[in-house]
Amino acid sequence: MLIYVLRRILYTIPIAMGVSMVCFALIHIAPGDPLNAIIPEGASPERVAQIRTAYGFDRPLPVQYLKWLGHVAQGDFGESIMTQRPVMSEVLPALVNTLTLASAAVLFGFMLGCVSGVVSGYLMGKPADRIVTAASIAGVSIPHYWLGMVLMVIFAVNLNLLPATGMGEGGSGTFGFGWDSLQYLILPALTLAVIPAGIIARSVRGTVAEVRQQDFMQTLQAKGLPGRRIFVHVVKNALPAVLAVMGLQLAQLLGGSILVETVFSWPGTGFLLNNAIFTRDLPVLQGTILVLAMFFVLINLVVDVVQTAVDPRIKRA
Amino acid sequence: MSQPSIALTGSGAPTKGKRPATRSFWRNVLRRLMHDPVSLMCFAVLMLILLAAIFAPWIAPHDPYRTSMARRLIAPGDARYWLGTDELGRDLLSRLIYGGRLSLFMGFAPVILATTIGGTLGVIAGYVGGAVNMVIMRVIDVFYAFPSVLLAVAISGVLGAGVGNTIFSLTLVFIPPIARVAESVATQMRAQDFIEAARATGAANWRIVTAHVVPNVMSPILSYASSLISVSIVLAAGLSFLGLGVTPPEPEWGLMLNTLRQSIYVAPLNAVLPGVMIFITSMCFNLMSDGLRDAMNVKQ
Amino acid sequence: MTAIANDIDPRDRGGPAQPLLIVEGLKKHFPIRGGLLGRPQAWVQAVDGVDLVVHKGETLGIVGESGCGKSTTARLLMQLMTPDAGEIVFDGDEVGALRGVSVRDLRRQMQMVFQDSYSSLNPRMTIEDSIAFGLIAQGKPVKEAKTRTTSMLRMVGLTPDMFAQRYPHELSGGQRQRVNIARALTMGPRLLILDEAVSALDKSVEAQVLNLLQELKQKLELTYIFISHDLNVVQYISDRVLVMYLGKAVEVGPVDEIYRAPKHPYTRALLSSRPSMDPRQRMSKPPLAGDPPNPINPPSGCRFRTRCPIAEAVCAQTEPALGVIRGAGNHPVACHAHRPGSGHSAAPSDGALH
Repeated sequence: MLIYVLRRILYTIPIAMGVSMVCFALIHIAPGDPLNAIIPEGASPERVAQIRTAYGFDRPLPVQYLKWLGHVAQGDFGESIMTQRPVMSEVLPALVNTLTLASAAVLFGFMLGCVSGVVSGYLMGKPADRIVTAASIAGVSIPHYWLGMVLMVIFAVNLNLLPATGMGEGGSGTFGFGWDSLQYLILPALTLAVIPAGIIARSVRGTVAEVRQQDFMQTLQAKGLPGRRIFVHVVKNALPAVLAVMGLQLAQLLGGSILVETVFSWPGTGFLLNNAIFTRDLPVLQGTILVLAMFFVLINLVVDVVQTAVDPRIKRA
Repeated sequence: MSQPSIALTGSGAPTKGKRPATRSFWRNVLRRLMHDPVSLMCFAVLMLILLAAIFAPWIAPHDPYRTSMARRLIAPGDARYWLGTDELGRDLLSRLIYGGRLSLFMGFAPVILATTIGGTLGVIAGYVGGAVNMVIMRVIDVFYAFPSVLLAVAISGVLGAGVGNTIFSLTLVFIPPIARVAESVATQMRAQDFIEAARATGAANWRIVTAHVVPNVMSPILSYASSLISVSIVLAAGLSFLGLGVTPPEPEWGLMLNTLRQSIYVAPLNAVLPGVMIFITSMCFNLMSDGLRDAMNVKQ
Repeated sequence: MTAIANDIDPRDRGGPAQPLLIVEGLKKHFPIRGGLLGRPQAWVQAVDGVDLVVHKGETLGIVGESGCGKSTTARLLMQLMTPDAGEIVFDGDEVGALRGVSVRDLRRQMQMVFQDSYSSLNPRMTIEDSIAFGLIAQGKPVKEAKTRTTSMLRMVGLTPDMFAQRYPHELSGGQRQRVNIARALTMGPRLLILDEAVSALDKSVEAQVLNLLQELKQKLELTYIFISHDLNVVQYISDRVLVMYLGKAVEVGPVDEIYRAPKHPYTRALLSSRPSMDPRQRMSKPPLAGDPPNPINPPSGCRFRTRCPIAEAVCAQTEPALGVIRGAGNHPVACHAHRPGSGHSAAPSDGALH
């Protein structure tokens, strides 16, 4: 088991290196001189020269990569062109906000998905099941940025129940746990929750149906075991798969939240990314993507290891 | 050549007479698809949208590019502008019809390209195995390590807006998952006896791959690729929504969603209309791809 | 009894006395990977130094328990796997050597029929296309390939009109196996390896296919290597029999001798384990004790000694050689008890004929 974990980690390292290389390459495939891409406006010639040597722009590419990697390893992602502040100081708070949003979304998705999954699993074949299946397919097909707009129209514009944009009063940057803050979370989180809900619902439905059909379950039922005990059994069997899905969805949402954050002006990494793209603030762009991608790799690794620990049958090579 | 003395017995012997009508795999799939009501309906809807897009110049009631400051944001239900107008006074219905062209194109093109490139890479990696497999799949894994939306946004973000850039970035996003599916099926294929038998005849590898491997791996690859079409449509529209895809003033559903968003308080109904198109198209493709998968799954 | 060649095959290079196939020292070890970097930690000695000779026109049967290396040997001969060691000489020419016969040419003269009739055929190809594939791959024009396919189908007892355009799933197991035989023979080989080719068929169908094989052998002047775990089938169809145990050949001889008077203790046990039709002949204890040892760590010396009723100290020290190449008569056996001067108490004395 330990060997497997170590081997998995060993395997992840070259992937992480590859990811960093792709992020590094981003600056270089952008049209224009890469040096210009990271120099803030109106920088003095000394500053330009300083940056040039620090990142080795006059040296061959592999050297540049190593220099860049060295900076990154020390936490130095460069400076934002727009704000002149270190990139990390912009990315980290945004990351926290996105994690908040993503976690809430996964939680909502889990609740929604489990409920509908169990319901449709018990109702297999009956009309209600078809509706739930259709709903979960819809959940996967729907453009969530559009769903966000629809929810915004319904709840914020027409009913005026929830705020439309932002994270707090007057565009506050911090997040508390009172209703003042939470109300801003609901709409974006619900919007994002639809996708994991759909996937979880399908997974739960499948497991519920499968477990119910198993021979020993029918034996238990024939013996008159109360439905509640059967239910517990169903949950036990479905849980590993669902947990895995949740973990993976959390990771996916980190990257996918950009669209919803844009709709709701939620100050997370997606929003930051959006702005960085439009202001051509490539250091921020690069830094954000690197952080998000690394997080994704990390979460995937954790999910993989946990899943194998829980169910050794699914050991992958 | 004299007839052998061995009598022909065993189950499966056909009745005497003419050659039995045997159906190839794909014809069977098609037949099953045509009997599935959901797939048929989705197909009808999609054809409608596609034909409307193709024949847009003849169908659309107004010029999709013509702006008019006086007629901005008319609500749907108007006598002249059935679905209303956008923030620059352009007829929404016409723009939605025309928008189908770019939206559908940007949904299909990346998937087709990615299937060709990714499928080839995966099959080669799966069939050849060994070091070649390792190199190809490791590189694929690196790109697979990014969340898809993030990768698309990253590449489009640095390259800039434009249809070509968007197609490039989406193709790059779709190649890894397709290549993985292709590699996995091709590896399974390789272990099959009939591949061994083909190798035993001394046939060249490329011949074995084209005649034996490809026809057998096509169905899972195509089934998976078809499920990506809806993702591609939504993602392409999403990129346009962020301003990274199609540039104004081209009509495209995602871009329309973006520009209309500003007016969401004033004309909420107009603002959400383009999204309806994206949703319907994506849902139909999803249902059809499910139908295709079911049609291919039945053991013959 | 070997078949008499009526007219000399134009590809015959060595003449009737030259064995069609001589195999010496064939080895294949499979690595078991583990640990952090996936390095080989142990080796499965699937085939460990097998020698065999096949004469022109005969059927050599190969028997043994599951896992003894029969199928691996077949694949090594067909060069579907590369041997780790060993020399294969086909009709006097060494395979793979510079002035010998290339693997590609070998494939024109040697073909194989596999056990699973269904997975041996491409499910998406018609029978006709499957059979014709090999010829087309070799560059023959499509028309000629199709004509040959048709005649081949007829030869195995399948009416071309009814079967050529069908798909494998529409045929029964026996019919599919005929197709596999047709496909192998379309290439015009001189040697056909049949790896458990009838094991998966019903008994009645099996009999038909066996008779077909006999007929084809006469008609096309073929040589067969027939691999099976079914002792009765091997007895029926073989001229000579080779017995394998744990990756090694332990006894070779004419079929009557092997079945009537087996020499090797393993062969004896194998043959006596066949259920008898006579209710008076009952066995009280099983002929073979214990499980077959692990091919990863085979016993030292003679591999069979852990289950052998007459094993002695010398059996653990030295491995008995089969001696099939260096001419130890026509019934060599790898057992110290039959080797003069081996040190085994049952061994004949030096100089004695046996």
